[in-house]
Amino acid sequence: MADYLAEYLPVLIFLAIAIALAAMIVMASWMIAPQHPEREKLSAYECGFEPFDDARGRFDVRFYLVAILFIVFDLEVAFLFPWAVALGEIGVLGFWSMMLFLAVLTVGFVYEWRKGALEWE
Amino acid sequence: MTAALFVFYLLAFVTVAAAVMVIAARNPVHAVLFLILAFFNSAGLLILVGAELVGMLLIVVYVGAVAVLFLFVVMMLDINFVQLREGFLQYLPVGALVGLVLLVELIMVLGTRVVPTTAAAMPRAAPEGVTNAEALGRLLYTDYFYLFQAAGVVLLVAIVGAITLTLRHRPDARRQDIAAQVRRRPQDTLEVRKVRPRSGI
Amino acid sequence: MTGLVVGPAVPEAFLFLVATLLLGVGAFLPERRAAEVMTPVAVIVLLVTAMLVMAVGPGRAFAFGGHFVHDGFAAFLKVVALVVAAGAVLVAPGWFADERTARFEYPILALFSALGMLMMVSANSLLALYMAVELHSLPLYVMAAIKRDSLRASEAGLKYFVLGALASGLLLYGASLVYGFTGTLMFDELARAHAGAGAAPLPLGALVGLIFLVAGFAFKLAAVPFHMWTPDVYEGAPTPVVAFVAAAPKLAAVGLALRVLHEPFGAFADEWRQVIVLVALGSMILGAFAAIGQTNLKRLMAYSTIGHVGYAFVGLAAGTATGVQGVLVYMAIYAVMTLGTFACILMMRRQGRYVEAIDDLAGLSRTDPLMALALALLMFSLAGIPPLAGFFAKLYVFLAAVEAGLVWLAVVGVLTSVVGAFYYLRIVKLMYFDEPAEAFDRLRRPELQLVAAASAAFVALFLLWPTPLLSAAEAAARVLVGS
Repeated sequence: MADYLAEYLPVLIFLAIAIALAAMIVMASWMIAPQHPEREKLSAYECGFEPFDDARGRFDVRFYLVAILFIVFDLEVAFLFPWAVALGEIGVLGFWSMMLFLAVLTVGFVYEWRKGALEWE
Repeated sequence: MTAALFVFYLLAFVTVAAAVMVIAARNPVHAVLFLILAFFNSAGLLILVGAELVGMLLIVVYVGAVAVLFLFVVMMLDINFVQLREGFLQYLPVGALVGLVLLVELIMVLGTRVVPTTAAAMPRAAPEGVTNAEALGRLLYTDYFYLFQAAGVVLLVAIVGAITLTLRHRPDARRQDIAAQVRRRPQDTLEVRKVRPRSGI
Repeated sequence: MTGLVVGPAVPEAFLFLVATLLLGVGAFLPERRAAEVMTPVAVIVLLVTAMLVMAVGPGRAFAFGGHFVHDGFAAFLKVVALVVAAGAVLVAPGWFADERTARFEYPILALFSALGMLMMVSANSLLALYMAVELHSLPLYVMAAIKRDSLRASEAGLKYFVLGALASGLLLYGASLVYGFTGTLMFDELARAHAGAGAAPLPLGALVGLIFLVAGFAFKLAAVPFHMWTPDVYEGAPTPVVAFVAAAPKLAAVGLALRVLHEPFGAFADEWRQVIVLVALGSMILGAFAAIGQTNLKRLMAYSTIGHVGYAFVGLAAGTATGVQGVLVYMAIYAVMTLGTFACILMMRRQGRYVEAIDDLAGLSRTDPLMALALALLMFSLAGIPPLAGFFAKLYVFLAAVEAGLVWLAVVGVLTSVVGAFYYLRIVKLMYFDEPAEAFDRLRRPELQLVAAASAAFVALFLLWPTPLLSAAEAAARVLVGS
């Protein structure tokens, strides 16, 4: 267990350096540069004229559909990793188990293709 | 082991703090970013107990996809978030009080009995000499065949549900139809005419 | 594990393959045609699955390395749930056609949900429990929001989803606590490890996990104090969806709760009984009193559901074989009554618009005497008036409670039944003694009349031929509670 965690030590050190560096840069900018906040300075800059409204526009619901379909197939791929690693030991059943899983999701894929969910109108 | 313990408490503290910030953040986009921080730290916790694959998947799937989805949803909503939060502060004292009472009750009930510090026969994350991914792979597709296929069906239902609830066809949108585009011949759309000089068509 | 045992799970495998296949086929049919074809196909598939369940037989058998168990108890609930689900799918297409939301996905989602229900009833490990609950509820959320242009339906779907996800979280948390403190996922190993004299007591953490599991079941069953989503969802969701949600899934959830509490945690009845008693008490009282002021029929049915789940929990609290038998009989009769009532609600259409206020039923006996008769029978039965089926349902759970020494709980049950009878009888009074409102449209929907008439006939004639249901429930109960 200790050996295993030692493998992750570089990651930990890397993280510590990243956090320290980020903190340092923010602090340095905050302390060294002169800070004179003012309302006009802090407002959103929009080509010199008064900003019309909030910068947050509405996103189309289609982005959501694409994202959720992506998640489904992302998870499908996630299941493939351990399968690929252990394929030599899990035999015929393990192989066909994954084939059935893929077949079910392929039906889902065919369905979404036929419904036109993959088209960006 | 003390170093591991230190890292555990650090990760656990940041996870809980980030989770609190998810619901306390004023700006919903910041809330999603705090959620990502919480995901990262939970992934660290999982790796700490030896569940490498699950920890990495947490980053790939949750940070890479789910958090992005949340961002989409947050950006899709066109609501006044300041207005939305008005009730929050109003109910905060009552909610906190109820939570506190429950916590005290739990401590009073559980404090009298001794909670074992080690859970029953903790299974190892992976047998000796085998990576975590391989240990999972050996079980997941054969011993847990039933649950694996059930997960597949749940994903299928998720596809159907997402399409059923959000897909709309706009009749006015121009869509690609490859077959029709390829089938189009010049004579359908083009007409060659001789144009004499000094006269129109 | 070398081989894969599928045998006892053939009905589930059949339903899974057919539902997946139908989804693929439906994608290639033209939209309108697919919607028309799928409903009858789905009904037939559900009924065929029910026959397959009967063909598998009541013998106790395991599949998939012990995660799946089929026994007489599971067979009873599966058959009833499948038949009721088939009825709920059957009544749906007319409403959807009228509201221009006919989608072929609806019956297919219902099939997947039914598959989840079968898996719930047959779950034999904590993981199987969780996956089954997810599979049964995910399609329900989509179905509740399927009329996506309606603000109320979307709200209902969202509420249902958020609170359902919370319930799933509770279940998962409870399951992981139990697993963490006992080291096993399988129900039979849990039972073996902590049963019998001299066995190790249940670790405290596992006990906390058990309470979380009970809270999750209470959420899914709409029992107090986890009932608050029910009225809004019932009112907002499309009526045929409510007919589906209110009947079959409740059977499956009760089945799951019975199995979890009796098999792995049967030795700890004293620990969970207090919680169940509390839930039963709260549900009965709230169901009786909160329904009085309702004006919307679907909302009223939501409180009715809460109350009935409370009565069923009285039988569960008994913790005996008679108690389990009472719960099974109760839930079966409840599901039929609810389905019939919703079939009647689906007939309430006036000038091309569906109405759902209680006042719209005024004087129904003069404008449509047959429908009034069916609805009156169902209301009398829901109220528990002898000699209708609803009375016997209550009788059995109260008897079991008395036998188990919970006399006061039975007394509270009888008292709340009397209060509850008020609002059921008010509907009957409205239909028979008030000035008639405008008549409903003449719908040519034989499937609605069939379901309404069949369930009304069931509650009315149950007295004459109660043995099949009672003995089947008794056999099922004996599987679960050995003695």
